[in-house]
Amino acid sequence: MGSDVMGSDALLNPGLPVRVFAWIMLAFLMAPVLIIIPVSFSSAQYLSFPPPGFSLQWYERFLGNKDWLAAIWVSIQVATLSAVLTVIIATLAAIPLVRSDFSRKTLIYGLLLAPMIVPVIITAIALYFIFARIGMGGTVIAIAIGHTIVVMPIAVVVLSATLQGVDSRLENAAMSLGASRFQAFRRVTLPLIAPGIISAGLFAFLTSFDELVIPLFLGGPNAQTLAVRIWNSVMLEIEPTIAAVSTFLIALTVLIMVAANLLKKARRWA
Amino acid sequence: MSHIKDVTGGTPIVLESLWKTYANFVAVSGIDLSVGAGRFCTVLGPSGSGKTTTLMMIAGFVAPTRGRILVSGRDIAALPPQKRNLGVVFQNYALFPHLTVFDNVAFPLIMRRVPQAEIAQRVERMLETVELAGLGGRYPRELSGGQQQRVALARALVFEPRVLLMDEPLGALDKKLRSSLQIELKALQRRLDVTVIYVTHDQEEALTMADQIVVMQGGRIEQNGTPEDLYDRPATAFVAGFMGDTNLVRGVVMAADKDGTLRIDHPTGRRIIARASGFQAGDHVAASLRPECLSIESPDGPEEPENAWDGRIAAVTYLGDAIRYHVAVGENRPTLAETLVVKAARRGTEHRRFSEGDAVRVRWSRSDARVLPPTRADARILPPMQAGGH
Ligand SMILES: Nc1ncnc2c1ncn2[C@@H]1O[C@H](COP(=O)(O)OP(=O)(O)OP(=O)(O)O)[C@@H](O)[C@H]1O
Ligand SMILES: [Mg+2]
Repeated sequence: MGSDVMGSDALLNPGLPVRVFAWIMLAFLMAPVLIIIPVSFSSAQYLSFPPPGFSLQWYERFLGNKDWLAAIWVSIQVATLSAVLTVIIATLAAIPLVRSDFSRKTLIYGLLLAPMIVPVIITAIALYFIFARIGMGGTVIAIAIGHTIVVMPIAVVVLSATLQGVDSRLENAAMSLGASRFQAFRRVTLPLIAPGIISAGLFAFLTSFDELVIPLFLGGPNAQTLAVRIWNSVMLEIEPTIAAVSTFLIALTVLIMVAANLLKKARRWA
Repeated sequence: MSHIKDVTGGTPIVLESLWKTYANFVAVSGIDLSVGAGRFCTVLGPSGSGKTTTLMMIAGFVAPTRGRILVSGRDIAALPPQKRNLGVVFQNYALFPHLTVFDNVAFPLIMRRVPQAEIAQRVERMLETVELAGLGGRYPRELSGGQQQRVALARALVFEPRVLLMDEPLGALDKKLRSSLQIELKALQRRLDVTVIYVTHDQEEALTMADQIVVMQGGRIEQNGTPEDLYDRPATAFVAGFMGDTNLVRGVVMAADKDGTLRIDHPTGRRIIARASGFQAGDHVAASLRPECLSIESPDGPEEPENAWDGRIAAVTYLGDAIRYHVAVGENRPTLAETLVVKAARRGTEHRRFSEGDAVRVRWSRSDARVLPPTRADARILPPMQAGGH
């Protein structure tokens, strides 16, 4: 007990060099965010820092433009669909990977993790040809499938780890109490791995919102995601609308993270 | 689920030549066991002897390699666990952490589609039975170990199974709580009249609770009988060593008379004279000498009489109502040295008659030495027809 407290004290009160280093790292990571947010509220007509005055003109330009709004809508559709697909497939993959013993297990695990080492652009090009052939190029579904493939390795790792943490004896207990295999999963395993499912889903959603290469190849005039729209507008000119869009993305990310945390804290049993 | 009929009252369980092999390893090797309706059967044995494997085969989580499992005369070996209608209490309780105590206990009733109102009633009654009334709203992690154990028991009993299987259910609790729960559990089992198979590796627990004790070793049943049978008439030296304290003195039969008198020689050159049938010259045996059956006295005369070994007191332990002496015999040949434990009842105000280092003589009568084979054949042989794996 005593040594525990001392251990955490030592961790909570690091020496001066460690503190300084930590603050430098934090500043390094946060600096772009801290600059982008004020710039997005700038009254100037061009990118300037510090901004000369306060104005919402760039948000008007961003949210008042139906191309930007359409891009946000496409991104939301793609990200949601990709998150749902990812979570379902990763959960179904994790169950046999963790719970049963079969001979080709390492091989299948390796295949599931392969997209992690294949460059995204290779995946994008390959999918481009496939979807073009079956006439699905330029659709929301195509982009969502592409993003699902890209985030799958991490989702499988997260869900396997979560499932590993759930004692399989709980499922056995449920069955001994009269539950079928499916009922045992539905009523015992699923609630217990819910935090992992939520993490994997959020990760898939946010990754999809951010990712550029897949929609660049698989998108089209009818399916332009926010990332592609940003890319296109940056190619033409750099103006503070981009800062407003970035601030919007930062706010979205923070909001989702806070919501997920509140959800986790609401559980009394954990 | 309507095919599951809740019947109150225990039901007999019969295991017929039950085998479980993993690759070429035999975990359970041809067990035959019969437990009568409403009996409390304790399965006792060292780690790795196949207790959990046997229990999990009955519960349906491990598929037997061969053999039959009969509950009420019906072979359930092919049924999935959820159709067996057996209550199971796991070693770590396996309470659902995301459900309250009430919902944990209600779980088997919900699975059986019992009407809501009846569920509430039956859960409350069950919680009262295990003395947890009022704690229904708590989560498992908000309970003490003993309370969690009761929830697990309530959950396994609320659907009125005819059989309750328990794998070291008290293993994680401290000694005092264990013994009070042992008594409660036994009373509850009597009241609900359920057949129990209870795995433990604590022989004291087995003696306290069981109507029937099964001692397992190396995947086999070493002995099966009442607590009195196992304690007073162990079939092998292994069982004798497992059931309470005893001195197991190993030796070789040198002569066996027709009237059953055996002469057993110990490696130190000392000799035991005992009576037992079924042995012949050359057999390796162990003589079981219970500490309370040995007497201790000052050596008197240079000759050791029959069944009397001279030695030196190595340690003295004061037990309150008795004194325990550890007597080293054969100390002139250290590799063969043997220590006999003697438990002498205290007489009157006398404290200790002997102290460490004293030369003493340990004696016993012919009838107090039980001659036993060391153990049952212990080879992990593959079951017939299954040789060569599966
Ligand atoms: N899945 C498995 N694969 C291979 N061997 C196994 C498997 N499960 C159990 N065994 C082996 O079977 C033997 C019996 O195991 P079991 O769990 O039944 O022992 P136990 O009597 O319950 O022991 P303990 O008192 O330690 O719980 C052990 O030697 C164990 O290593
Ligand atoms: Mg075990």
